[in-house]
Amino acid sequence: MTLLVIDWWLILEKALLIGGIIGLSFFIAMYTTLAERKVAAWLQDRRGPNRAGPFGIFQPLADGGKLFFKEEIIPLASNKFLFILGPALAMITALITSTVIPWAAPFITKGGNVIPMQVADVDMGILLVFSIVSVGVYGIMIGGWASNNKFSLMAAVRGASQMVSYELPMGLCLIAVLFMTGSLKMSEIVANQVQNGWHIIYQPLGFLIFFICALAECNRTPFDLPEAENELNFGYHQEYSSMKLGFYLFAEYINMFISSAVMVTLYFGGYDIPFVNEASWGLSSFWMSLISFSVLMAKISFFLFLFLWIRWTIPRFRYDQLMNLGWKKLIPLALVNMIITAAVLLLLNK
Amino acid sequence: MLTQRAKEVDRKPMTFLESIYLWNIMKGMGITISHLFKKKATINYPEQTRTFSKVFRGLHVLNRDEEGRENCTACGLCAVACPAEAITMEGAERLPGEEHLYREEKYAAKYEINMLRCIFCGLCEEACPKDAIYLSQTFAPANYGRKGFIYKKDDLLIPHPIENKEAYEAALGDKPAKN
Repeated sequence: MTLLVIDWWLILEKALLIGGIIGLSFFIAMYTTLAERKVAAWLQDRRGPNRAGPFGIFQPLADGGKLFFKEEIIPLASNKFLFILGPALAMITALITSTVIPWAAPFITKGGNVIPMQVADVDMGILLVFSIVSVGVYGIMIGGWASNNKFSLMAAVRGASQMVSYELPMGLCLIAVLFMTGSLKMSEIVANQVQNGWHIIYQPLGFLIFFICALAECNRTPFDLPEAENELNFGYHQEYSSMKLGFYLFAEYINMFISSAVMVTLYFGGYDIPFVNEASWGLSSFWMSLISFSVLMAKISFFLFLFLWIRWTIPRFRYDQLMNLGWKKLIPLALVNMIITAAVLLLLNK
Repeated sequence: MLTQRAKEVDRKPMTFLESIYLWNIMKGMGITISHLFKKKATINYPEQTRTFSKVFRGLHVLNRDEEGRENCTACGLCAVACPAEAITMEGAERLPGEEHLYREEKYAAKYEINMLRCIFCGLCEEACPKDAIYLSQTFAPANYGRKGFIYKKDDLLIPHPIENKEAYEAALGDKPAKN
């Protein structure tokens, strides 16, 4: 008797892909923490961590090990359930966003099966990313609220209002991109760029605003007001210790990785190799997938470096500056960008 | 206007381009990235060390003469000179048969410097008429307890110049043996 007809290969394939992507996210996040310390050191004429292994490559393992073995403190006055939920939520939302990103060109097996290198190519692709990212605010809010500490609470309130206000211009920039592709599917956004050239060529202003908003969404400097270690004592994760703190810190790096991937997918052609027509090389699809994947990773690495570079260059915005920039500068600019895109597309009659 | 270098602060309201901060941020990023290619200011410390200046005042050393006899006569001038009152000592008379150990008839049976009190001013070195104490070019290593910072004679005495020549010369450092 057959109750369910399930393509077990599909499940296996997706399970492998999900496992691979989560592993990759953790791996990249781990090494972004090392890169952060190294880049910080280099930009300040220092050497950075170089004791754990050659060039300090085992430093993230040492850091992680340290966090695991630290004493775990849950403040008595905190709401225990929410206190544990906060970092879990931050981590889960950071990881879920990777589902809709196409990681490489599809892999075609010998039998002719097409295996897309994407966990789910849902129709509302990019909107899914946005909706999950906005749930990510709750990680910060719940953490700050449950800590029962005024600094944490203030940081959480700041963080929430910052993320809500910067999602607006981000979404407006996204609309301009969607005008051009006519689809919310991530795979089609990439395909459109492979055909017609990268969106950064048509949307430089849009990308710039999107990038600034991405910095704010990831709580990176100059918008790291929720963390604000010197005004708010480390902000919303002040009361956290051990791996719960590790989850918050780690989720930030995973968010950076994912938002770099989203930016690359939206504006820099995703896994597309620039300036060449790779279809004419006649390589097998295994090698095509591998090459396109490494191209994507190279682009993402550049953005990760950009994140670090900005962090170690500019100071934090004041809160009123942050709000002024968001509401009075970025939103009008994004609106203008959207209207111009729409008008041009109408004129060209696309 | 003492130095003639004061600049008038520009209080013009920011233009729109300035108010989105981008140009200035890019200038700043140019500066930081240029530091990526500059010479590092730090060194890999325990493997590499920087040389101290010749007049560096580090840890104290109780000196011996070239035959390995202790110079100190426990006269107490260093303890008197010490502004931090870090030095204590007890003198003793040299017995017959101890001529190879102590240069003169009196010697320091006990000599202690509290490294937590010491301010490394070097006045003990200046006060010493026998060239028995000087400040070397190493500094006090960390310790687990306060007691460990009270350096006894064993910790301070320079290695024997004949029995342990290499260690003696290393401890002597830049200071030439003079008597």
